[in-house]
Amino acid sequence: MGKRYRVVHFINQFFAQIGGEEKADLPPSTAAGPVGPGLAFQAALGDAFEIAATLICGDNYFATHGESLLPALIEEIRSYAPDVVIAGPAFNAGRYGPNCGALCAAVQRELGIPAVTGMYCENPGVDLYRRDCYIIETQNSAVGMRRAVPAMSALVKKLLRGQAVSPAGDGYFAKGIKRNVFVEKTGADRAIDMLLAKLAGRPYQSELVFPDFERVPPAPPVRDLTRARLALVTDAGLTDRQNSARLESARATKFLELNIGGMDTLSPERFGSVHGGFDTTAANRNPNVLVPLDLVRGLVRQGRAGGLLDTIYSTTGNGTSLKNAQRFGAEIAAKLRAQQVDAVILTST
Amino acid sequence: MLEKELERAGIPTVQICTILPIAQTAGANRIVKAVAIPHPVGAPELPPDEERALRSSILEKALQALQTSVETQLTIE
Repeated sequence: MGKRYRVVHFINQFFAQIGGEEKADLPPSTAAGPVGPGLAFQAALGDAFEIAATLICGDNYFATHGESLLPALIEEIRSYAPDVVIAGPAFNAGRYGPNCGALCAAVQRELGIPAVTGMYCENPGVDLYRRDCYIIETQNSAVGMRRAVPAMSALVKKLLRGQAVSPAGDGYFAKGIKRNVFVEKTGADRAIDMLLAKLAGRPYQSELVFPDFERVPPAPPVRDLTRARLALVTDAGLTDRQNSARLESARATKFLELNIGGMDTLSPERFGSVHGGFDTTAANRNPNVLVPLDLVRGLVRQGRAGGLLDTIYSTTGNGTSLKNAQRFGAEIAAKLRAQQVDAVILTST
Repeated sequence: MLEKELERAGIPTVQICTILPIAQTAGANRIVKAVAIPHPVGAPELPPDEERALRSSILEKALQALQTSVETQLTIE
């Protein structure tokens, strides 16, 4: 018999059969051999594989400690000298999914071995980590375990045997990697074929698949503007003139809270833009062309709007990662809600 | 992305931006067309009174978007 591949499997407190939400703060621990769904993986992977250990961590513990926890988990995994790491599957679990994704991404990055997990397409972990590890598409609940385990196991086998894999052939979310392949026809021929098929109403497959952005249900409209508290938000890179908080000109990692208490206008002596994606000359001459503080103050003075928050939330929308943009949005939303803001005017460059 | 997260939290939010297809594809719910990328709510090349009128018209559209009940996606140009 040849080499037995060693596997470390990561699961949460629920799939380890330790408990539900009341045990979600469980710190990480390791058990020898397979646990819970690991038994099914062991069966599907067969004798050439050995689940050496199962790493278990509570959903909340992982989600709360996140980045600071990962180095210790990676060292623990490393001590088992695995050839591959399997996590989950997490189906549509909103903490378990990102936790599995974060761990798998760290494993591939730090240990240089493949890591495979499984999630439902709407799990937030998919968009966060699909580029950094293999995420097999699953159903949205543990009912899908019976299909997820064979699909994940098949991908693990192929990866370790060095066989070619593809999103369409193996059922994982596309990782956004471009690979050179040889085809019979040139791009011009393929494009004409596609166009002819489209005109004739025949099915065709585009070679460029666009990202499918999730939609959010619209918030209810403002009922009475004269009583509404407004706030101003921007991704135009607005900062104080000294940029004292060092907002980035691109790939922002933060947002600022700029105090505009008592100001009727954004004066160019105090404010400007550090955005690296457009010519800021006009903005630095008159920052109100980025964020219309002067106009909104006028509305409030006329009594047409109820009030204006004394803080502008500002970041730089220039090559900013989707992940950071979503985090800024969620954090700004929480701050606005805490300050009873009713509506927001967001200006984008 | 910012617009969506604020709307997700239940805060009606209008995004004033120039490249409408980006906001539309990304899934913003309330969108108003801006003047230009470097000055979304300004037109420094216009005479002051014309710039004032243009800026006010954009703000009015923004207020209209905030007060409109949106089913799928609202774009005001």
